[in-house]
Amino acid sequence: MATLKDTKSHDMGLHEESLKGRTQQRFFSVDESSNLTYFNSFEVDTDKTATIDALEMTPREINIEIRELMESGVGSITVDNPMSRHGVGVGILNRLNLTFNDSLGYFGCGLIDGPNVHIKGRVGWSCAENMMAGTVLIEMNAGSTFGAAIRGGDLVCRGSVGARTGIDQKGGTIIVGGNTGAFSGFMMQRGRMIVCGDAGRSLGDSMYDGVIYVGGEVEELGIDCVPGEMTELDVRYLTSKLDLYGIKTPNGVEKMNKYVSGKMLWNYDKLEPSEKKIAL
Amino acid sequence: MCGIAGIIHKKGGQSVNIGKQMTSMLQALKHRGPDSTGYAVYGEDNGNQILRIKVAEANELEGSYSIHEDILERIVTVDERLADLGAKVISKESVTEYSLRYEISFDGDMKKLVDFLEDVEDVEILSVGSTLELIKDLGDAAVVSAQYGLNDFDGTHAIGHTRMATESDIDIRSAHPYWAYPFSDIAVVHNGQLTNYWTHRRDLERKGHRFSSNCDSELIAVYIANKMSDGVDLETAMRDSIDFLDGVFTYLVTTKDQLGMAKDCMAAKPMVVYEGDDMIALASEEIAIRKLFDHQIHTFDPYEGEVKVWQH
Repeated sequence: MATLKDTKSHDMGLHEESLKGRTQQRFFSVDESSNLTYFNSFEVDTDKTATIDALEMTPREINIEIRELMESGVGSITVDNPMSRHGVGVGILNRLNLTFNDSLGYFGCGLIDGPNVHIKGRVGWSCAENMMAGTVLIEMNAGSTFGAAIRGGDLVCRGSVGARTGIDQKGGTIIVGGNTGAFSGFMMQRGRMIVCGDAGRSLGDSMYDGVIYVGGEVEELGIDCVPGEMTELDVRYLTSKLDLYGIKTPNGVEKMNKYVSGKMLWNYDKLEPSEKKIAL
Repeated sequence: MCGIAGIIHKKGGQSVNIGKQMTSMLQALKHRGPDSTGYAVYGEDNGNQILRIKVAEANELEGSYSIHEDILERIVTVDERLADLGAKVISKESVTEYSLRYEISFDGDMKKLVDFLEDVEDVEILSVGSTLELIKDLGDAAVVSAQYGLNDFDGTHAIGHTRMATESDIDIRSAHPYWAYPFSDIAVVHNGQLTNYWTHRRDLERKGHRFSSNCDSELIAVYIANKMSDGVDLETAMRDSIDFLDGVFTYLVTTKDQLGMAKDCMAAKPMVVYEGDDMIALASEEIAIRKLFDHQIHTFDPYEGEVKVWQH
C-alpha cells in the first residue's frame, strides 16, 4: 500500500480533504465557463430580505417560494412556521442567509451548495444530506443519519443527534454539541466529526479515512476505528472551530479523544490518478 | 414503512379527546402507509369489559352474495355463546356491518370466553379490556375515525398505526394494533420487519398462544403476553424483547395505565419523543406530534436498544 507523505495536515486527517476524483480535475477555462456554472444558481444580495409564512404551505410551495425569491435577488430569507415539514430548504446552490424559525422534518437542507442556514428548532432524519458547501446550524436536537454523505461545509447541531451520524461522510465538518448514537462515522471517507458528548456503539465502523473527535464516553469503537494521537494542531483546530459556533465541551478540547481509521480494511487500492501521483 | 404514534396524559389532567388527538397524529403520518389505520384507545373504567369484535373482513363484503346473511348468523352465534358462558351484555353496538362493540359484565375465565367466540367462523376478538378499545380498518385515519366515531372518544392514552402493507395482505386481520391475547388492556403497534417471526411463532404456538394473522408484528404482542403470563413486568418484557426479536423495529405497547416504547439495536426505525409536564407524545416523525402544538417544542430521538415506559 502506498504511503502518503507525513505532514501536519496528514496528522489531522486532512490530507485528502480536497476531493481529487476525476470529476474534480477541472481547471477553469473561459471557453468552458458555461459548464462551470450551476444551473439554478442565482446572484443574490444579502441586504435584500424577505419572510415566508409557511403555516399553510406544502414543502413544494415553500421550496418554490425560496427559489423565486432567490431568482429575484433576495439573499436573506426567513421562513416562519415550517412546522417540522419534510424536504424543506433543499437544493440551494448559491450563497444565501436562510433562517427557519421552527423545526424541520426529514431531509431538511439536503443537496445544498453554499447557503448559510440557521434552524432554530430541531431537524428530522438526514439533515443536510449530500451538502457540498455552506453552513447549517441547528439550535436543538437532530434525528438519525445527520449529515449523511456530506462533502463540504460545516454542519452544526447544538443538541444531540441520532444514529449513523455522518454515515459515508466525504468531507466537511460535522459538529455535535451533545451526544451521538450508534454507527456514527460509519464508512466515513473524509472530513471531520466533532462530538462534544458521548458516542454510541460502533463508532467509526469501517471508516476509510477522516477524523472523529469525541469529548465524552465512547460505548464501543467500530471495526477498524482506532484511537489517534491528539496533537497540538488538533487542539488548536478544535478550539477555533468550536469557538466559532460558541460550543463548549464538558471537559475542554484538550481532553477530547481522537479516532481515525486503522486502515486494515482500507480498500482504496485503485487510487484516483491524482492520489497516485502524491503517493508515488 | 408504516407510521406509529402514541400519546399518554399524566394523571390528574383533564379528560382529553384522545381519539381526535390520535387521528390528527395518524393523518399526518399517512404518507408512511395509507393501507389501513388502527387505534388502541383507553377510556374510562366503569367496571365492565369492552369487547371489540370483527365478524368479517371489510373486503369480503364485495366478494360473496351470501356474506350479509353469514354476518348476521355469526353475530347471532356470538350472542348465544356470550349467554352460554354467563356473560351479561350491557350494551351492543354494530359500528360497521362487520365490527361490533360489546360492553359485558363477566366474572369468568376471559381466555375461555375469547376462545369460545373465536371458534365461530371468521370471528376475531380485536380486544378485550376494561378501558382498552381497539379499532382498525382499511383506509387512512380520517376515514377510520369518521367510520368509528373516534373524534368523540375521551380517554387517557392511545397508540395508533398507519400501515404500509409489506409481508402480509391489506386486510383488517393484518392491520395494527394487536391485542396481547389473552391479557386485558394490552396492545402493540410496530414499525419494522421481524426476521425471526416464523421460528418464534412456532415456539409460542406450541406453548398455547394464538396468532390471528400472518403479520410479523403480531409476534411482539404474543411475546409480551407470554412474558407477562410468566409474571414479568412490562418494562422487563420489553427489555428482553430487544434481544429476542431479530430485525429492525420500533414498537409501542400500552397497558391500562402505561405506554412503553422500544427500539432495536440498530436504531433503524425512527421515533421522536416529546416529554412535557402534562403529556408524553411520540411518533415516527415529529410532524405528527406538531399536530398537537402550534408552537415549537423540544423533542429527541431515543437511542438504539432503548426502552422507555411512561405511567398515566
